[in-house]
This record gives sequence, structure tokens and C-alpha cells, in this order.
Amino acid sequence: MESHRGKAWRFEDHVDTDQIIPAERLVAENLSKMNEFVFEKVRPGMAQKINKGDIILAGKNFGCGSSREHAPRSLIQAGVSCIIAESFARIFFRNSLNVGLLLVECKVDASEGDDIEVIPKAGKVINHSTGEEFNFPQYPEFVSELVAAGGLMSLIKEGRF
Amino acid sequence: MSKGKTIAEKILSDKSGVDAYAGQIVNAQVDYVMVNDVTGPIAFREFEELGMEPVRERMVLIPDHYVPNKDVASAEQAKEMREFARRWGIDNYFEVGRSGVCHQLMVDEGFAAPGRLIVGADSHTCTYGGLGAFSTGVGSTEAAAVFATGRLWFKVPESIKVNIKGSFRPGVGGKDLIIRIITDIGVDGATYKAFEFSGDISAVPVSDRLTIANMAIEAGGKAGIFPCDEMTEEYIKETVRGEWTSYEADPDAVYSAELEYDLSELEPMVAYPHLPENGRPVSEADVKIDQAWLGSCTNGRIEDLRIAAEVIKGRKVHPDVRFIVVPASPRVFNQAMAEGLLAIFMDAGAYVSGPTCGACLGGHMGILAAGERCVASTNRNFIGRMGHKDSEVYLAGPGVVAASAVAGKIVNPEKLEEVF
Ligand code: SF4
Repeated sequence: MESHRGKAWRFEDHVDTDQIIPAERLVAENLSKMNEFVFEKVRPGMAQKINKGDIILAGKNFGCGSSREHAPRSLIQAGVSCIIAESFARIFFRNSLNVGLLLVECKVDASEGDDIEVIPKAGKVINHSTGEEFNFPQYPEFVSELVAAGGLMSLIKEGRF
Repeated sequence: MSKGKTIAEKILSDKSGVDAYAGQIVNAQVDYVMVNDVTGPIAFREFEELGMEPVRERMVLIPDHYVPNKDVASAEQAKEMREFARRWGIDNYFEVGRSGVCHQLMVDEGFAAPGRLIVGADSHTCTYGGLGAFSTGVGSTEAAAVFATGRLWFKVPESIKVNIKGSFRPGVGGKDLIIRIITDIGVDGATYKAFEFSGDISAVPVSDRLTIANMAIEAGGKAGIFPCDEMTEEYIKETVRGEWTSYEADPDAVYSAELEYDLSELEPMVAYPHLPENGRPVSEADVKIDQAWLGSCTNGRIEDLRIAAEVIKGRKVHPDVRFIVVPASPRVFNQAMAEGLLAIFMDAGAYVSGPTCGACLGGHMGILAAGERCVASTNRNFIGRMGHKDSEVYLAGPGVVAASAVAGKIVNPEKLEEVF
């Protein structure tokens, strides 16, 4: 079964999109190197230390603020495989579905640096550092289809939207 | 017999042709889709990959964030939008000089109107709820999908009913009400939901309704909707394009929560860094400022400029403060010039600029250095929002911004009478 495993980066509630990628980086010439700027104002140096597959763990309302799709795109470029948060802001949630960033709504006990595995189909998060497991519900049917298809553009290309 | 519906349920039902209620996912016809210079380029690239014809007349392209071009990178970006508009024959492209803050332009140019379903690749697209539209922010890819199909999927939101009674005391307005609401329910208090305002809405001027709807997103809201009334009709009558429909909620509509606000109990509010939910009455504020900034899609309208001009008329900007005034659109700018407001600001020692988002999002023309504090009529005070990560943004209404520019610290305009 498909799974994502990586090191945890811990954040609190209300991580906004200005923190994820600041407005001054939002110019078209940066679109292919947005990974360099993730969290640069609040966690300088983090962008360079993210390893492919790493997982962000956060509290409530992750991704609040602007509609910039640069936010989920920059996290994917940086190598983040999944974000686990207690809740997500609405536009960030929709954007992530379309660009292929996995979001898991779940409350997980973990510390920065813990070894985390997410198994989407099983609805399970495993903290290998503590041995604890956590469960999360599946997306509604339409949303699951959207994710499985690879986002809205793929549905349109296939003539399904 | 079918159940009663909220305004959001009615608009999304009519636009999708489905008898829809909160929680359902519908595929709806969009009246207008807007992108700006920051979100446009991703949408253009996604759209062009599809190889489909665009829904030209329903697309609106507005450069506002980094124009007039602030540097070479933003010049290239603005060019991308201009060339896309030419390539595809998009008439609703607004060049610098005819452009302004996208949400104000959507109102001024008559795209926003009651009963319409409008999406924009900008989170404050919810602004047009002030006129009775269902409008909401989406991402660039979703905007591209609408360019190609004219449609988008929506989860019909539950609505929070906000009952309004009483009337604002002098010096208190829509900004103070919305900061109060966000402070009460939190920045995620309305996530996935729509606000629906009801009660004595005639006590709320349309300009203030736009301010309130604008900040629905700061509570996580999908929309913030006022029913359309005579005041709305009066407000849009000279500018609106095409037909529009007025909706009101059914008496037996179902709400997820109900709030009530007596406007006469409100005082001017200030939202402290770094979240809009950190609101406090201005009477409790004791904050020295380096900059005061008046403008944006929240409070950059003529009504806001009038309030600020009234406060600052015959006074001077504090020697330690830069006061920056940015009318939100050419229409607002012209009107302010005709009414002599710009001269009042300049006589006081303010800097007046042409319409742009500018420093609202930390773009240009008023960026803050480390340690600097700004009181702004904008909608977000996140870390680093207007510049350096160690700068601070305090959100307030236009009267408080102007009074603070004079006092050099955040004050209630009433207090100005005593000291200056
Ligand atoms: S004025 Fe500010 S909040 Fe409004 S659209 Fe421009 S950047 Fe966004």
C-alpha cells in the first residue's frame, strides 16, 4: 500500500500562506525555484534542510490567508510529501488537491524530527519514533476522485468535468 | 415541501440547476472569474495546456499587486498577463491607469452585483458579498478550469447568521464590526462557512458592507453575504453591467450558528499583530507608530477617504510618521481629487499614490523595516505581511489610521480633539 515516510517538521496553529512563501517571492520567474523560499521569514534555513519525503505537522487552520497556489506548489518543490494538521484553511485545501499535495486532517502527537509514516488508503499515521498510531477519515467521494485523477486539470483533460 | 434556504444555498442552487443544501457538492455556472498579476501566470499556463477555447466575456484580468511594475521580475509578470489578454482576445483586461485594486475594480466596473456567482484567484474575492453576490477566492488552477469550462465545483457552505441591530456611533464603522466578529469567533471560526448578515442592515452603508464581506476570509469564511436592498441598488445603479438577481433567505432557512451584534455597543477596534483575531478597543491601545497606511480592498474606497480626510483636515502628520494614502481605484482617485480630499492629505504632509495593492501585501511603496510599526486600513497583519519579519502591522478603520498619523501613536479620532 502506498505510504509516505519522512521526518516531521512541527508547526503550531494558523500557519498562513505569507509564512509558507512571502508575497515578495511571487513573481513568475520564481515559479521553478519556489522551494528556496519556503518558511524563509519564520524558519530561516529550513528550506535547505528539508529532505524529500519530509512531513509537516501542524495545528489548526494550516494554510490560512491568501489564495496563492504558490504555497502548496512551493512545499511540493521543497520535497514535502504530506501535511498533517488538525484542520486546513479552505482555499489552501482546494489548491493542494489540484497540485497533488497530500493533506491529512488528523491530530497527531509527535515532536520535531520524529519519523512519521502516512498510509492514505488505510487512513493511518504511524509515529515510528514513539510507536503510536493515529487514524483519520477518508475524503468524501468526489474529493477522493479528484485526488485520484491528479486534480481538476486532469479531470478536464479526460473530459470528466 | 422543500426546506427553507439561505442566500448561499439559493444562489448555488440556481447556478447549478440542483436543489442544493449545505454539505452538497455542486457543479455551478460561474458569472465571472478574475485573476490578478500574481495569480494569473499560473492560471494562464495551466489553461493553455488544455488546448481549449476560453469563456472570454466572463474573464476579468486585473494587474494590481506589483503594478506599476516595481522591478524587472514584476514587469515580466505583468507582460505575461498583457500578452495572454491579447493572444486570447480578452476585453476585460485593465491596463495600468485604468486598473486598481482588483476587488474595487470589480465593483467599479460593474462585474460584482447581487445574486452573481463570482470566483477570483485572490482570497478577498469574498468582498462582493457586500452587494449580495456569492463570491469566493479560489486558486490559479481552479481559475484556469473556469476559463476553459465556465464552471467550477463548490461545496455548498453552511451559513452563520449575523443579526445586526442598532446603529454605529460616530467614528465607528464596518471595519470595527468585522474585527470584533473575528476576535469573537477566531481566525478559523467560520472555516468552510458563509456569513449571512441580516436584521437591520440599513444601518450599515454599502461601503461598510464591502469592508465586512472583504474580511470574511480572515475568519476562514468562504463568503460573507448581505442581502440586496434599496441601498445596494442605489450603490450599483450607475456602474453595474447586465442583469442581476436579488435573493433573500427563507424564514425557515437553517443556520449552523447565529450571532447578534448591537452596533451601538461597538467602539473603534484595532487588531494587534500577528492575527486579525487579536482585536482590542482602540481605547486600550498604547502603540507608537512609524507609518500609517490608508488604502486596500478593505478600506480604500471614497467613503473611507472622506472619513480620514475629515479627521486630518487642518492638522499635520506627526513628524516621526509617514502617512501613505492609496485610493483603491481610478474612480476613487478621481472622486477624491474632485472633492479636494487628496489636497487635504497632501497639505497634512501625507504621501498620496495612484491605485495599487502596493504595501498591503508587502509588495512595494511603503515596505516596513525591522522593528517598524504600521497602523493600516488593510485586512492582514501576519508576520512580515508589510515587510521585514520583525515589523508589525495593526489593523484599524480609516478614522483611527488618520488620527494615528497625526498623533504618532494609535488613537481614537475623538482623542485627537483633546491633544492636537
Ligand atoms: S489590497 Fe491587499 S488584500 Fe486587497 S487584493 Fe490587494 S494585496 Fe490583497
